[in-house]
Amino acid sequence: MFELDKLVKAVGDVIASLVTAMGLGSAWVTTVQLAVAALVVIVFAAVVVLFLVWWERKVSARIQMRVGPMRVGWHGLLQTIADAIKLLQKEDITPTNVDRGIYFWAPIITFVAALAVYVTIPFGKGLLVSDLNIGILYILSVTTFTVIGLLMAGWSSNNKYALLGGFRSAAQVVSYEVPMALSILGVILFTQSLSMGEIVSQQTKFHQWYVWRQPIGFLIYLVAATAECNRTPFDLPEADSELVAGFVTEYSGMKFAMFFLAEFLNMFSVAAIATTLFFGGWNGPFLPSWFWFMAKTLIGVFVLMWFRWTYPRLRVDQLMGFAWKFLLPLAFLNLLVTGFIILLVK
Amino acid sequence: MAAIGINHFLALSAVVFCIGVYGMLTRRNAIAVLMAVELMFNAVNITLVAFARYVTPETATGQVVAAFTIAVAAAEATVALAIVLLIYQHHRGIDVDKVNFMKW
Amino acid sequence: MDTISLVFFALAFLTIVSSLMVVSSKNIFHSAIFLILALFGVAGLFVLLEAPFLAAAQVLIYVGAIAILMIFSVMLTARISDSGLRHTNEQVPTGLAISLGLLIVMLYSLWNTPIPVSEATPTGGAGHKLGELFLTTFVLPFEIVSVLLLAALISALVIAKRDGPLGGRGAGNETDEKREMEQGARPGN
Repeated sequence: MFELDKLVKAVGDVIASLVTAMGLGSAWVTTVQLAVAALVVIVFAAVVVLFLVWWERKVSARIQMRVGPMRVGWHGLLQTIADAIKLLQKEDITPTNVDRGIYFWAPIITFVAALAVYVTIPFGKGLLVSDLNIGILYILSVTTFTVIGLLMAGWSSNNKYALLGGFRSAAQVVSYEVPMALSILGVILFTQSLSMGEIVSQQTKFHQWYVWRQPIGFLIYLVAATAECNRTPFDLPEADSELVAGFVTEYSGMKFAMFFLAEFLNMFSVAAIATTLFFGGWNGPFLPSWFWFMAKTLIGVFVLMWFRWTYPRLRVDQLMGFAWKFLLPLAFLNLLVTGFIILLVK
Repeated sequence: MAAIGINHFLALSAVVFCIGVYGMLTRRNAIAVLMAVELMFNAVNITLVAFARYVTPETATGQVVAAFTIAVAAAEATVALAIVLLIYQHHRGIDVDKVNFMKW
Repeated sequence: MDTISLVFFALAFLTIVSSLMVVSSKNIFHSAIFLILALFGVAGLFVLLEAPFLAAAQVLIYVGAIAILMIFSVMLTARISDSGLRHTNEQVPTGLAISLGLLIVMLYSLWNTPIPVSEATPTGGAGHKLGELFLTTFVLPFEIVSVLLLAALISALVIAKRDGPLGGRGAGNETDEKREMEQGARPGN
């Protein structure tokens, strides 16, 4: 009913006619269309992150039997904006002995890597910025890019706590990428295509959702994704009580805000990927497609937040042991059994 | 300027390969030498994929060989870096000019 | 100049400048970061060459694993006294001459070799064709590469173990090794 795909198409046509009227070729038309779409997605991601920061505080408050921010706006909705303004005003302290170039680029790289995933996420029918034919592989490769930002931050800070935090964080993210990729592969065995739009279009009915066919794959993905976002129970790298603040120890002001926002962007994108791969994406009866997508993704984000405020933290050797000795063999087994069953059924 | 053809890609690959050769011959830090070797691998990959695109576009054989090259480079980098770490443990430094214990 | 040429020259510029910075940077960590930039440039060139799967695999494997491995090694082997040492050995003129000579020879032979360019539209970059090739024509190299990767994994683990590759007490303690040779290895050593 309130589908946005016609609106998106109309805007795209308007842009195309404007660019052609200026005398530029068709490559420029595509470029400008993609640029505008990416800009819209970036603004949307920023708004969503602001909402998520508020929601995290409310969820954590209610789980801990308190109320959370209540003063700024209705039930504290504008609290995040107030916090953002405060962080922007803070002095940007750069310690003397840091490696300046790398110190400057680390938060930018982490933020850009977290944001680049949003290009291939299907937000609704016709609301996909670019349906790459290697969609999910692109997402996997871009998420490995955040590790570089972490390592740069840890190394350039010239601080042993930051370095240790960077090491641990990088080791954790790299270790949990492998079971995550394998669990995604299990879904790809069914879909025969890497494109995100294609994966969503194959799950139109409730019984076609891939979570029923790949339950273990979904659980592996859930655990690995929690570790990818550096969330409890896997958040030793930024453990507030252990390593000062992990790899962001020496960052203040806007740079710290970028790391913080990158974590929430990661959380939302991980939940969005889980929705697309396992829970049918934007498919759903009656209500508009973007509503279903947001509802499913926000439930996923809520589950991630729920984990954080319920479980204690894993020690770093338990964390690594769990990834390599349990999740990885389980993911391989899942892939093997799935392939075998597909072969038998055909 | 004419359209981009295979010669452009091959020339670029030759330049990157020679930069890698220079790095391999002149750097002292063992890890820097390994980085130069990775540059050479990448130059070769560009050549392979350029041939796959321009000379045999119907089959993707060049891309398959490039994928194998990437895998072999990964294996080689792993073992080489493990050896570098071992040398560091023994020798407290990774200057390739000084790793000459087996010379007569 | 049309868009493809523009994109090609931008990517080529990025790759070449990053490679130059890799081999000439005094700080080894900066070299690693420039290597990552060069690898991204190459991935972009793969996309330009209608090989998107290979571009994603390049980023996933090279940037996401090999470059991170190199950064880890840099972090584990860097010492404060390194900043005073020279970063190139005394063979810079010879190295420069050799690489420039090689470049001239390669470019000359490239210029004079006619390459049979086919005008067909490229297929097979996105996955299906590649997958078929891996499992039909190239199945033997595929299996051999898996064994190779397993061997590399095991050998890296064995070589870099804290106890040293032979189970002795690390690689740095000569007195321990001499004692072990004289008295024979004992359980618990």
